Amino acid sequence: MSTSQVIQPTGERDPYKLGHGSERGAHGDVVAHVEATGHGEGGPASKRVIVGYGFWIFLLSDIVMFSSFFAAHSVLQTATAGGPSGRELFDPSRIGIETACLLASSFTCGLSAVATEARSQLWTQLSLLVTGLLGLAFLVLEVLDFTAMVGHGAGPQRSAFLSSFFAVVGCHGLHVTAGLLWLGTMMAQVFVKGFRANIMRRLLCFNLFWHTLDIIWVALFTIVYLMGVTR
Amino acid sequence: MSRLGNDRGADDVAPGFLDAADHSVREGIRGYLIGFALSVGLTIASFYVVGTHLIWPPAIPVALIVLAVAQIGVHLVFFLHLTTAPDNTNNILALAFGVLIMALVIGGSFWIMNHLNHNMMPAAQMMHMHR
Repeated sequence: MSTSQVIQPTGERDPYKLGHGSERGAHGDVVAHVEATGHGEGGPASKRVIVGYGFWIFLLSDIVMFSSFFAAHSVLQTATAGGPSGRELFDPSRIGIETACLLASSFTCGLSAVATEARSQLWTQLSLLVTGLLGLAFLVLEVLDFTAMVGHGAGPQRSAFLSSFFAVVGCHGLHVTAGLLWLGTMMAQVFVKGFRANIMRRLLCFNLFWHTLDIIWVALFTIVYLMGVTR
Repeated sequence: MSRLGNDRGADDVAPGFLDAADHSVREGIRGYLIGFALSVGLTIASFYVVGTHLIWPPAIPVALIVLAVAQIGVHLVFFLHLTTAPDNTNNILALAFGVLIMALVIGGSFWIMNHLNHNMMPAAQMMHMHR
């Protein structure tokens, strides 16, 4: 690639990116075209920006849905109906391992975005694979937790507290399951179709989705588990 | 390889975007490493706070919420790449609206249910209060 297409980030360049559109050189000639960002003379935003924005709105609606589950759980946290409470059911070290799995998978997912940007098939596949395995480990641990709880008579039908617990944690688990299926699909698509523009946009959406699941898990382990243990 | 024919500034990108002009592989990995290290530290702090006797017990939930909000902020900045760039104005506004709705849903539920619990208090407990 020729160097003439590259803008050097010097002080002369509009530091706050107020003037969008074409960059002009000392003689007023267009030296480089800055991608339109949907502001003023920049013209309409690029498809990637629009797709990212649309998916971000979906994710926010998902987060709003989770917030109603969280509200229900917080309100019902003491409604144990004589059954086991969070202090008796939750083991912080186990939750710590699950958290570590999900956090590490979020990190490797970020690395896959870097590898995608570099158009590296090997590293993209490898980091997506590690992301998937860590997500799977998280899911297996969670399912083992659930079956143990149900086995000890602490299923969702035991009390309002446990109903809301299984609703909010189970909903997150379902999201992780869907994310794993999506991840497998993306690995196959990257392998077969390569780094085409539409595949890149799908990878962007998957990245946003996976990181958002980790954000929801942060709220989950704080409000449901750690606050449930201290209560 | 740091340049991929895309002439955007590194801080002029929407969430998840890494294809900006000045974003080399090393810088990308460094960003995720910083985010990962910060969130690991905040997670460990959260789990430590629960088991420790250093903090006055009634203040533990507040400490947990502060740590969680900090970690969510770290995730938004380092993993979702939410910045103050012009590209991101719409995303920030959407997030602000989402936070408003969440505050209404969660705060409103607490408010209503606390009043309801107070009004529906079992008779024995109510008598205990009046005594």
